[in-house]
Amino acid sequence: MRDWKNLEPVAGNGLLHRRAFLRGGTALAAAMTGYTLVQSASAQQLTDDPWSLVPGVAVPDYGARSRFEKNVVRTLSNPNAEPRTQHARTPHHLINGTFTPNGLHFVISHAGDPDIDPDKHRLVIHGLVKQPLVFTLDTLGRYPMVSRMAFLECGGNSAPLFSKEPIQASVQALHGLVSCAEWTGVRLSTLLEETGIDPKAKWLVAEGADPPHLSRSVPLTKALDDAMIALYQNGERLMPGNGYPMRLLLPGWEGNMNIKWLRRIQLTEQPGMSFYEARTYAPILPGGKAYQFYFLQEVKSFITHPSPGLAMKGPGFYEISGVAYSGNGRISKVMLSADGGKSWAQAALQEPVQSKAFTRFRVPWRWDGGAVVLQSRAWDEAGFAQPTRGELVAVRGETTRVPPVTGFPSQHYNAITSWAIDRNGEVKHVYA
Amino acid sequence: MYTRKLRGHIVVLALALTSSAAFAQAPNLGKPINPAEIAAWDINILPDGTGLPPGSGTPAEGARVYAAKCSACHGQNGKGGPNAALAGGSPIKDMESEKTIANFWPFATTVFDYIRRAMPWRQPRSLSNDEVYALTAYIFSINKVIGENDAMNAQTLPKVQMPNRGGFIIRFPDRL
Repeated sequence: MRDWKNLEPVAGNGLLHRRAFLRGGTALAAAMTGYTLVQSASAQQLTDDPWSLVPGVAVPDYGARSRFEKNVVRTLSNPNAEPRTQHARTPHHLINGTFTPNGLHFVISHAGDPDIDPDKHRLVIHGLVKQPLVFTLDTLGRYPMVSRMAFLECGGNSAPLFSKEPIQASVQALHGLVSCAEWTGVRLSTLLEETGIDPKAKWLVAEGADPPHLSRSVPLTKALDDAMIALYQNGERLMPGNGYPMRLLLPGWEGNMNIKWLRRIQLTEQPGMSFYEARTYAPILPGGKAYQFYFLQEVKSFITHPSPGLAMKGPGFYEISGVAYSGNGRISKVMLSADGGKSWAQAALQEPVQSKAFTRFRVPWRWDGGAVVLQSRAWDEAGFAQPTRGELVAVRGETTRVPPVTGFPSQHYNAITSWAIDRNGEVKHVYA
Repeated sequence: MYTRKLRGHIVVLALALTSSAAFAQAPNLGKPINPAEIAAWDINILPDGTGLPPGSGTPAEGARVYAAKCSACHGQNGKGGPNAALAGGSPIKDMESEKTIANFWPFATTVFDYIRRAMPWRQPRSLSNDEVYALTAYIFSINKVIGENDAMNAQTLPKVQMPNRGGFIIRFPDRL
């Protein structure tokens, strides 16, 4: 039992060495049995349940999940489509792994999702190009494609953590405007090779076919780096809320720039200063100046299990897990604390760790039933560390009031989230 | 925000396009399209006024269009209703300050561009260019950014100085 020494807690309040996962069955079993689970063993004999005794239902042509999973849904900010923006937030506490199922991917729609006939949809590339071109979905389907995982995050995701008091809400309400999917499509650079680029071009203005004709300006350097015209989301055509039949994908950059229902790209010398870049996604700093062109979604992590709404089921073994991601590239390290940041244990990272995508992190944990404060902190391969909340608000400020959880402006927030667990096993959002 | 652990965060930008050999192998399935065919979609207005169409409008003309097509959501005289106020606004202090056209928007062209592409909310692209110029003039006038008789057109609009033009810190490309 050489592995036993590795199962001593490596940080306060029962965080175990991640090797319990890496060494496979023996070590993990030891970790789990190292604490006596308080459970009454049932003496009831196993029997065949009804579903094991009769034929099941017909297999549907398009699969649907079990009826027992109906509570796993997005939360909606504007379910009656009143004339304002709609938000649908991902239930991170009810799913696992690294990609978000298409029906649970977050959506922000400023005037509802357009009902686009894919045969009539067109993508035009014009402006400072040598030859303006128009593409149909069919013709784009004949181009060389690439697939990649990429997270998408609203610039205002997690902004409720700017509240002066911690808002009691689920990870879905606080961090639900980020999701991750495998996107397949055509590199934008491939299409720009075909149009040619006027040397004066420095930007492009991308526009959707949605009613607001939402437009954002993108530096040409990003367009030629890793931008994609995405046609597929987790293997199937894009969902209507995610831009069907095509969207711009700018891995690691602010969600709003990843223009959905993409119909036009104009190459320009200067940025367009559209409504969303000149006004909405320009975060205000203390004193009144505002950032312009805050494109990058910086290194962030949050714990999904446990999290508010997932009550603990008594002392014993648990896996703490969550997601980490950075617009700079790969996650290099995630550290976990169970004592509010006094001591830290390194988390195991689920392979493969991919650039600008969710990385699932895990730490084995033996909860002794006492009060704890869980935190995760991520680093990316460019060397950037997720800030503490104190570090962030010292620079960016915080609110003087406590607005409703949906009442925050689109201010980038990437600092540490803290979950407190009390002796009753209830999980609360705290600042620590 | 981030804390820097390593210095010299370098992003190598792939400025060079792939070789001409690759270009020769490109699918070349895009269909050439001329400016006349694109015209109905070609609605971006750049901050220097590039893209502004022919037409003109005054604040008085804009007031009439506003009362008919905008006031139900944005309130009488731009004071705000179910949707945002278009007039007034206290100086921007922090993240709780309400962003308005007068206290925040840095470029006059954004107002024309946004009205034309997105408003009215239930009937976008239904306004004539003259109506969009008139509404732009009306909104600038009630915010005292222009005089109450100043007409807006492709020549005058880009010259309008927005009060908060200097209120920004540019994060790209210096931070990437």
